[in-house]
Amino acid sequence: MEKRYSARALRRLAVALCLLWLPLPATVHAAGAEFSLKDYCPAGFQLNGEGCYLQSLYASYDSLQDSGVGGLKTGLPELRQGFSPRQIDLGRLLFFDPVLSGDHSMSCASCHDPNKGFSDGRALSVGSKGQLAKRSAPSLWNVGFLKRLFWDARASSLEEQMLGPLYDSHEMANTPEQLLTDLRASSAYRELFAQAFNGDSSIQLDQVYTAIAAFESSLISLNSRYDLYAHGYHEALNEAEIEGMNIFRSFVARCAECHTPPLFSHQQIAVIGTPEPNNRPLDPGVAAVTGDASQRGGFKVPSLRNIALTAPYMHSGRFATLREAAEFYTGGRGHAVPPGEKLSLHWHIWEPKLTGEELDRLVDFMGALTDESFMPQIPASVPSGLAPVVGVQ
Amino acid sequence: MVRAMHWLVIALSLVAGMHSAWAADIPVKEGESIQAAVNRAAPGDVVLIHPGEYRESVYVDKDNITLRGVVVDGEWPVLEGEGKRNDAILYSGNNFTVEWLTIKHFKGNAIMGQAGNNYTIRYNRVIDTGVYGIFPQFGKNGLIEYNVLSGIEDAAIYVGMCDNVVVRHNEVFDNVAGIEIENTRHAIVENNYAHNNTAGLLVFITPGLPIKTTYDVILRNNFVVNNNTENFGAPGSIVAKVPKGIGVVIMAADEVVVEGNIISGNQTAGIVITDLAFVTDIASDPDSEPNPDRIEILDNLMFDNGADPVADVKAAMMTQFKRRGPDILANFGSAQEPDNCILNKEQYVTFGLKKWSKCERTSTADIETYLLADGAPPREIENDEDRTLRLYQGICAGCHAYNMRMIGPPTVAIQALYHNNAKGIADYIAEPHKVRPDYPPMPGQGHLSEEIRQKVAEFMLNVKK
Ligand code: HEC
Ligand code: HEC
Ligand code: HEC
Repeated sequence: MEKRYSARALRRLAVALCLLWLPLPATVHAAGAEFSLKDYCPAGFQLNGEGCYLQSLYASYDSLQDSGVGGLKTGLPELRQGFSPRQIDLGRLLFFDPVLSGDHSMSCASCHDPNKGFSDGRALSVGSKGQLAKRSAPSLWNVGFLKRLFWDARASSLEEQMLGPLYDSHEMANTPEQLLTDLRASSAYRELFAQAFNGDSSIQLDQVYTAIAAFESSLISLNSRYDLYAHGYHEALNEAEIEGMNIFRSFVARCAECHTPPLFSHQQIAVIGTPEPNNRPLDPGVAAVTGDASQRGGFKVPSLRNIALTAPYMHSGRFATLREAAEFYTGGRGHAVPPGEKLSLHWHIWEPKLTGEELDRLVDFMGALTDESFMPQIPASVPSGLAPVVGVQ
Repeated sequence: MVRAMHWLVIALSLVAGMHSAWAADIPVKEGESIQAAVNRAAPGDVVLIHPGEYRESVYVDKDNITLRGVVVDGEWPVLEGEGKRNDAILYSGNNFTVEWLTIKHFKGNAIMGQAGNNYTIRYNRVIDTGVYGIFPQFGKNGLIEYNVLSGIEDAAIYVGMCDNVVVRHNEVFDNVAGIEIENTRHAIVENNYAHNNTAGLLVFITPGLPIKTTYDVILRNNFVVNNNTENFGAPGSIVAKVPKGIGVVIMAADEVVVEGNIISGNQTAGIVITDLAFVTDIASDPDSEPNPDRIEILDNLMFDNGADPVADVKAAMMTQFKRRGPDILANFGSAQEPDNCILNKEQYVTFGLKKWSKCERTSTADIETYLLADGAPPREIENDEDRTLRLYQGICAGCHAYNMRMIGPPTVAIQALYHNNAKGIADYIAEPHKVRPDYPPMPGQGHLSEEIRQKVAEFMLNVKK
């Protein structure tokens, strides 16, 4: 144990020295450190053959029509899984490595910061050269369960989704050519890609996407105190939280009709009419993707797991607190829709007349959905030799 | 002989023991709390609710619980919502039964299920509750019978996203929708009396829900009479868009059989079959198939329908030079296609059925029920040993593999450290401290009760692979 520790310390020192020499803006540099990929699965997963598979108490339940929605003891929707431990671990290194961005200043973790529930704490994310993104960064916890990605559901796989941030001039502003050139210039990455992809050290784009998708799918948060309640350990929630849960799933508040357990999203599109911050024009949401006017202002119902960690809320980041987000639903049907807009508001958006106390209890309950026990390790160094980037710099 | 006696005694005591273990009666009297009784109840128990008024909401997150009202001398137990409580009864457990209750004045639903299988809801009176009277959701295998419901601003009985349901012998009146079967498969609605609602029986696909289909539904031997009440649905709700005066509405659902019903006095139409265009001002959902397909209207007794139809239907009437509205109306689009069929079409006033074919079968008598003979299989086996195993595998094994390093140290290493000291493990995991510099900290498990921590610790010490 002692020995391993000192080897590790030495490695850190080497990395640190290496970093000191780097000119700015940082160029890709073969890091002095040797990297090797974990040959065991991340927390919550077990190796079965070549791939890692989730171990969850939810596996003992089914769900109607295998839909992955229902009540307390309900099976999960299908998870992207079966990636090898090494692919997942390679994805972890890539996720934190700013070599993925055009000017080597941003990583995925810039906006999906593990310390902020894999979000960034901002209303609108800040991308390349300080440009504001159009929307707020969603959490990536449990993202491997989602069939449609982005607030407006415009991507249908993680691989398709990441083309957005990687190559968008507002976000990481890279190009596929530069990404490949940079990664191939790193002997460390060539070695690691060979470890993850059957000895193939050529580094292909689809391998980059697979590895990142593998890592994203490993971000599982299903061991909150709520989950213990659901599995039958009723003492895990206090009275206020149970009261909040009952309001949440009541047919007055109706939160669970859209934020349906076990993921707290039924993954459908809903037009609910949340307000934009100060005079920004209405975000057309799904309608801008499909051209279908009835979907104007429609967004994918977001999961509420770890929601207490990811303020501010909604696609626009308009609400600073969970209390304000909950209060939106009792403000009256369409109260925040700009004059002159006619939205096909969802039928569950109505006038529930929730009391102030009920709103407080809803907030209590949403707080019981927090679980970060399977937090992945933030790498101390990444194979490009650049310093890993976490959070907004 | 002595031996045989001996066995008999054991057998008897086993039966007796089992009985008390799984069928205790827990009485609740006026002034006491039903919820407190539910909290005390173990699977198999019956909560007996005596006559009186109960001002509370009740939730049941356990399996095999029965809430049974006790009616004495015509006095019922009444759950009173006073217009301010949300839902009267919320259940998620399997094998739930609720019966012999009167439920009044709740803001939300009277009885609402979320994912409980094998539910029975019967002999209840629901009066003037807010949104739905009886609303099982995400459940398989349910029986809803002998309930009387009135004054509900949406559907009195609303079966949403379920499989294998029988709704029979209920009376629903003075509601917006009487009985609604929505995004549900294998349902029978029979021998009900649906009168004086805005619409009597509804079989729908509603778009935008996570389960997308409705098919294999039989509506038979119901009285569907005089459903002409002004629509008082909440603005924005789907039923608020249903015109008054309709006996039966089939929207987008497939394989619906209508047989042996008495459908009369519904002033807009006896039966309307339509695609999703029927409800407007709702976000479209490309994953919802909008067309009603393979509808079968077998023999029904229909008269006096369409006497005073709503404007749209009146307009259609004019174009056909008819003096009254239809018994059966197939709306424009796929509802008029020949994959739908009818028997003795000439008996009725029909609009839009020109292309409909003649049904091959004449009866559904061969289909007795859609309830599952053995019930939906239980979701899990509830015993302590099993729960501990799943807790270990679901939580601890996420980080501790048997003989290799994962996030945490291997289980063998922990077994070597702790030998027989399960208590030591139980204490450690309540509040883990840092032991190994090259491992991350272990997240605390203090939310598990001491007893469960002890069990999981014992389990960990005995893991063998
Ligand atoms: C500049 C900040 C920024 C960076 C860098 C960034 N993202 Fe995002 N991410 C966002 C924003 C903002 C959205 C929401 C955009 C939208 O919906 O229109 C988003 C959405 C997502 C989603 C969809 C989640 C959901 O629930 O639908 C995933 C997955 C994701 N990002 C992964 C990544 C990955 C992988 C990377 C690195 C390759 C990355 N992001 C880099 C800001 C960022
Ligand atoms: C009709 C479906 C629907 C219902 C009912 C509903 N929500 Fe939502 N919820 C959504 C949608 C869609 C969004 C995203 C809207 C946006 O960004 O503009 C959302 C967003 C949220 C968010 C912010 C999530 C984030 O990551 O920023 C919170 C918190 C939330 N809802 C809580 C609730 C609560 C509490 C209730 C019950 C009072 C509720 N919701 C009822 C559909 C619904
Ligand atoms: C998220 C990962 C994770 C989960 C889940 C987890 N552990 Fe651990 N566990 C660890 C780590 C990491 C250590 C090493 C901590 C250290 O040495 O500082 C550890 C150490 C331990 C130890 C050794 C303590 C010692 O004195 O050396 C025991 C015993 C233990 N865990 C039991 C459990 C049990 C029982 C559970 C399930 C209830 C559990 N763990 C769940 C990560 C986890």
